[in-house]
Amino acid sequence: MRLRDRQRETQVIRTRLLLSTLIVALAFALLTSRMVWLQWLQHERFSALADQNRIQSQAISPPRGLILDRHGRILADNQPDFSLALVPEQTPEIEATLASIADIISLDEEQQESFRKQLQSRRRPWEPIPVRNRLNPEEIARLAEIRHEHPGIQIRAEAIRHYPYRELLSHVVGYVNRINAEDIARMDEATLANYSGTHFYGRSGIERQYEHLLHGRVGYRQVETNARGRVLRELSVTPPVPGQDVQLYLDIKVQQAATAALAGRRGAVVAIDPRNGGVIAFVSEPGYDPNLFVTGISVRDYAAYRDNPDRPLFNRAIQGQYPPGSTIKPIMGLAALQNGSTDWQYTINDPGIFYLPGSSRPIRDWKRGGHGRVNLEKAVVESCDTYFYDVSLKMGIDQISQVMRFFGFGQATGIDLPNERGGIMPDRDWKRATGRGGWFPGDTVNTSIGQGYMLATPLQLASSTAMIANRGKALVPRVSVQGDVPEHGEQFDIDASHFRRMTDAMEAVIHGPHGTARGISRNLPYRIAGKTGTAQVFSVAADVEYKNLNVAERLRDHALFIGYAPADHPTIAVAVLVENGEGGGSVAAPVARQVMDAWLLDDQGQWLNPAAEVSL
Amino acid sequence: MSREYLRQLPTHQREQARQTLAFRLHLDAPLLAGLLAITFFSLMVVYSAGGEDTGLLLRQGIRFALGFGCLFLAAQIPPRVYQFWTPVFFSIGLIMLVLVLVVGTEAKGAQRWLQLPGIGRFQPAEMMKLATPALVAWYFREKTLPPSTLEVCVALAIVLVPALLIGKQPDLGTAILIAFSGIAVLFVAGLSWKLIISASTLASIAAPLMYFYVLHDYQQRRVDTFFNPEADPLGAGWNIIQSKTAIGSGGIFGKGWLNGTQSRLDFLPESSTDFIFAVLAEELGLIGILILFSLYFFVIARGFWISLQAQNLFSRLLAAGLSLTFFSYVLVNAGMVSGVLPVVGVPLPLMSYGGTSIVTLLFSFGILMSLHTHRRLMG
Repeated sequence: MRLRDRQRETQVIRTRLLLSTLIVALAFALLTSRMVWLQWLQHERFSALADQNRIQSQAISPPRGLILDRHGRILADNQPDFSLALVPEQTPEIEATLASIADIISLDEEQQESFRKQLQSRRRPWEPIPVRNRLNPEEIARLAEIRHEHPGIQIRAEAIRHYPYRELLSHVVGYVNRINAEDIARMDEATLANYSGTHFYGRSGIERQYEHLLHGRVGYRQVETNARGRVLRELSVTPPVPGQDVQLYLDIKVQQAATAALAGRRGAVVAIDPRNGGVIAFVSEPGYDPNLFVTGISVRDYAAYRDNPDRPLFNRAIQGQYPPGSTIKPIMGLAALQNGSTDWQYTINDPGIFYLPGSSRPIRDWKRGGHGRVNLEKAVVESCDTYFYDVSLKMGIDQISQVMRFFGFGQATGIDLPNERGGIMPDRDWKRATGRGGWFPGDTVNTSIGQGYMLATPLQLASSTAMIANRGKALVPRVSVQGDVPEHGEQFDIDASHFRRMTDAMEAVIHGPHGTARGISRNLPYRIAGKTGTAQVFSVAADVEYKNLNVAERLRDHALFIGYAPADHPTIAVAVLVENGEGGGSVAAPVARQVMDAWLLDDQGQWLNPAAEVSL
Repeated sequence: MSREYLRQLPTHQREQARQTLAFRLHLDAPLLAGLLAITFFSLMVVYSAGGEDTGLLLRQGIRFALGFGCLFLAAQIPPRVYQFWTPVFFSIGLIMLVLVLVVGTEAKGAQRWLQLPGIGRFQPAEMMKLATPALVAWYFREKTLPPSTLEVCVALAIVLVPALLIGKQPDLGTAILIAFSGIAVLFVAGLSWKLIISASTLASIAAPLMYFYVLHDYQQRRVDTFFNPEADPLGAGWNIIQSKTAIGSGGIFGKGWLNGTQSRLDFLPESSTDFIFAVLAEELGLIGILILFSLYFFVIARGFWISLQAQNLFSRLLAAGLSLTFFSYVLVNAGMVSGVLPVVGVPLPLMSYGGTSIVTLLFSFGILMSLHTHRRLMG
């Protein structure tokens, strides 16, 4: 029995060992099939995953395009700047590190707060957070000394925007500053990818308008990193495509002359080449220093600008809306001629007071005692209000607003600058739509001398003046040579002789013995056609809070002048607005002359042949 | 014990066995060759996974040297000594397991270590990996096979006591592996199919209940991660996603030794310890894996062969049990790393860096060699 048991026992174990071998073989077969699945059939997928792990694409931001004036002078360029940044992942004691940095370089509470804010916001891991810009060499040396104690400290060189002309071009060139979450939220997929390495974004002016040209195309660097994000080696580089330079029609010499001519007064000067709509000068005074905004303006500096009663951040040239006053009289005259409401012979007697039909309320001319007998030419040269009161009632607001709109009033000109405002060209529909009730003859009379509801930007004045210089050909002002050039074209439909006589009258404003701007004709080697204006300031509500200011000064009329030169072959049309400057002829017109001089004369005051002038 | 049995051995094999030097040193040449080949593989991959750290390589080498020393010593000890001491060792192990729960050192949320004065840290569970299958084999040494139901119950009790104590530490992975090692002996002893089937049915019912009522949070997470690693790709699922990526990206021929990106750039966690299998797969590809599998299979099959050749029940059951235990480690680790089994902290036997497991494993192979090379003397 015992022997049989042993044999059976051996049999049992043999069977089980055989079975075990089969089980083990089966298990290895299953494991092998799993490995075949992973390593053979799914190999490509996992290869891609492994590459995704180790290969990181780092964006290389393209150098931003320059902004140049018409002669190629640099208005905005890029300069190296050394900045301090911290990598939070490498900085265990962030507050302590900040404190030791603040011990050796200047780092105010505001800069520290901004750092903390960025630390809290969403960001890519291992991305350095900027702490301070514009380190000087001494600060860099001091930081280098403590660097070994704080491995998270990074000193980076980056190109930042620099505006060599500072305040001079602030309202036309604008500025860039740090790209923010809102900018990013507005971008589509492709744009977002293109901005992946970019730190700055055009915020205003040309910088904003031509952001798409100035920015360029992002480049990429493929690097191999380990799991902690450390770069081990570079695999490949796709260089960035630099941003395109943007050239302006602007002439820095004329811009400087215009700014100097304003002599610190609040105001705006816009000069346009009527031949192509190019903006030669674009001034809004006071300006601001765009360089302060680039790396983030301090609260104190910003408050100084914001609280300044002269409002340096306000772009008067395209956002300031002023009553155009008498400057619109030439166009008003053309409108009356076009529909036959007047002709060159029609004469009125101006006692200095005008009554609307059936009204006993007097409407006064600016000149006490009136201008006597006045025809259209004299009405323009001497800026007679009564004549236009009379004629405007004959032509009606519909004709006025239609012609004024043709000359660009009541709508944005479409200049290549952001945030342009369109002014107001009142008419029946506008008045009803804005809840001001029906249109009265008194509204027409007010509108005829550029008062009442009518508002225009200095740019609109310059643009309409350029159209007069063009004998009624419509144009769209352009700041930049680049970008889409709109069709210039529609012609104001009026007999050419009417135009000639009107421009003759405008010449007499400067060169005639009774012209309102005759003061600027002294030693003038070329001829100017123009028109003065003064605009009543109706309200100082916005300024009332500045109690320490001389409120009376702010109640004075705005001084205006529009004009172009040379009168026979115009190459420059200018609009000048001096806030509370009072005298259109005495204050605004001389500014315009200096602008024209800068354009038309050489440095010695000698006449430049306009045909030889560079025409872009 | 039985002349008849000895006579059953093929003559040529007996002759050959007497002649070789290895046999006289109580070593089994084929098994030793297989183990050395795996050792070579291990040193190669550990060197790469450790970032070409020669210090690490040296420590691993020393551990192997120590292990092979133990193997040699273990092989010199005759099987009857093992048989005699088995209950003693098991009892000591059991006492230490209880001690661990009372005065053990805590690490990573589990009490696994026993601080022995003068000796250092010691993990009693490691000892039970050998003692448990040995005691089951010991229990059946005089029994008639296949075992009766009562005998099966006693054997299960032997298995469950250490398994439950270890599970309480908690170290579920080791507990399951120790339970498996004992049950493996039982299986070879002829555990009836009826019991096997009913037990596995019971287990499949018990498993979900275990999940909800027995498993700790971190253990539950591991199971969750196993079923859906992508649910938490940066947390618990990271290990599995990265190891599958490492394996899959290796392809058929691998990225080349020292060229694995997943392991060398630290994307693969625990690359020189629990996940070393993935490093091998990444750098040496499917080819390397097939070679390793072949070596493992050879070593296990050789163990079965030794079991088959053994002259008494204790030796047979112990040889088979140790071989199956070794197999279970391979299966659990390779299955875990390749994403077909849940993550349990079990090293790849004889490949992973560190731990006492290399020494214990080589010691058990020493016992196998002892069982094989002392046969003649027993007659």
